[in-house]
Amino acid sequence: MMSIPDELKYGRSHEWVKADGDAVVVGITHYAQDQLGEVVYVELPEVGNAFAVGDELGTLESVKAVSEFLAPVAGEVTEVNTRLEDEPNLVNDDPYGDGWLVKLRGSAESEELLDAAGYKEFLEQESA
Amino acid sequence: MSEAGAAVKTPLYEEHVAAGGRMVEFAGFELPVQYKSLTEEHHAVRERAGLFDVSHMGEIAIRGPAALDFVQLVSCNDHQKMTVGRAQYTGIMYPEGTFVDDTLVHKMADDEYLLVVNAANRHKDVAYLSEVAAEIDDVEVIDLSGDYAQLAIQGPLAEEILQPLTPENLSELKYYRFIEGGVAGTAAIIARTGYTGEDGFELYVEPSAAPGLWRAILDRGQPHDLKPAGLGARDTLRFEAGMSLYGYDIDNTTTPLEASLGWIVKFKKGDYIGRDVLERQKEEGVERKLVGFEMYERGIARHGYPVLLKEDDAEPVSHVTSGTQSPTLGRALGMTYLPIEATEIGTEFFVQIRNRTAPARVVELPFYSRKKK
Repeated sequence: MMSIPDELKYGRSHEWVKADGDAVVVGITHYAQDQLGEVVYVELPEVGNAFAVGDELGTLESVKAVSEFLAPVAGEVTEVNTRLEDEPNLVNDDPYGDGWLVKLRGSAESEELLDAAGYKEFLEQESA
Repeated sequence: MSEAGAAVKTPLYEEHVAAGGRMVEFAGFELPVQYKSLTEEHHAVRERAGLFDVSHMGEIAIRGPAALDFVQLVSCNDHQKMTVGRAQYTGIMYPEGTFVDDTLVHKMADDEYLLVVNAANRHKDVAYLSEVAAEIDDVEVIDLSGDYAQLAIQGPLAEEILQPLTPENLSELKYYRFIEGGVAGTAAIIARTGYTGEDGFELYVEPSAAPGLWRAILDRGQPHDLKPAGLGARDTLRFEAGMSLYGYDIDNTTTPLEASLGWIVKFKKGDYIGRDVLERQKEEGVERKLVGFEMYERGIARHGYPVLLKEDDAEPVSHVTSGTQSPTLGRALGMTYLPIEATEIGTEFFVQIRNRTAPARVVELPFYSRKKK
């Protein structure tokens, strides 16, 4: 079934967050990429731009749909995954690894975020 | 029309769910947008074969001694020379020369034609055709949509997969012809038609026979890696082949001449609804035309996105009618109406993608054509 790694935190709009020094890495979950289908185009924010929780960070496009991904925590963009320009399929193939989207200067210790068990429960409720 | 929240299940609903179909509501029907992967299903049709449930499509019979006269009256194409067993694409016209619907006309008998229409337009079409028929003696309009399920097997291997299931000689069935015969033990209309740009067949059977036929084709197709394919692939396939989708590329505001469908507009026939408008448009030339375009920098144009002739134009000149990343060609392509002076191949313009504009240029339609045998 859907993979939900224990060590990550999750936003309710299906992003995952991982602490990385004084920054966090952000991607979309296995469930989110499965819903979207094969990603063919990724639009990422510019490094240096700051976002509040829930702001649109960028867009992911499959053949059939466009989907925004949102900032699960507040912060300034320190790095974006430029590999996705030529290999957008990494979002599908390795959503928790090489398919990461952006790094934000911020903290994964946010009350807005769910742990793995909480996200699993959230998914079950949403699909019920 | 179905009630809100009460989408109609086709006879193949259980098959879709069992195959992992992602069900969505489309034109009042519950249909799979995809099974495992839209792009895999798309490529399967281009390279091998795919099987679609298109039972949502409407079927309307035109019956009676005046059936041909009636079809000639509502259609912009000329059906005079059709023989029994032929199918022809056309538009059903409003007096304004615009589309009520686009349809495939099948000549079943000298006094019977079967129109296959878009699901979303079915009730509107029946009402419109019945209204026109009320003025004419000796013709009946009968909605037979409930009598038929429709399966489409499409792709270069379609004939090879289907042949063992029917005693009919499929190699003798030419494009846009049909026969009435048996398939997998059930009576069917077997038409060599489709909406993908590939060779293939559309099979019309009674609803109760659909699941058995579906399974028989999947079974026969297994060694050829035939895949069940959803609405998503159906849309990307027809789009690449430059086929219009009603409600997107054509509608009740567009004429076939504007839609680059001049080949279905005939004047060497008697009077028909919309003829005077189309004739005038033909003489004077259209003011706008449906074109294909490619995005040559980053970005994908989608249905509804504004189209600008100049990057800093305040008002859009039109909107994208269809657009996506083409799975076969690997490029972001689209269709839109442009003023006739901007329709030459290579003409550059702009598409507004969310908060930015991206350049586009006019290219030939269709984007993709199969290699003919």
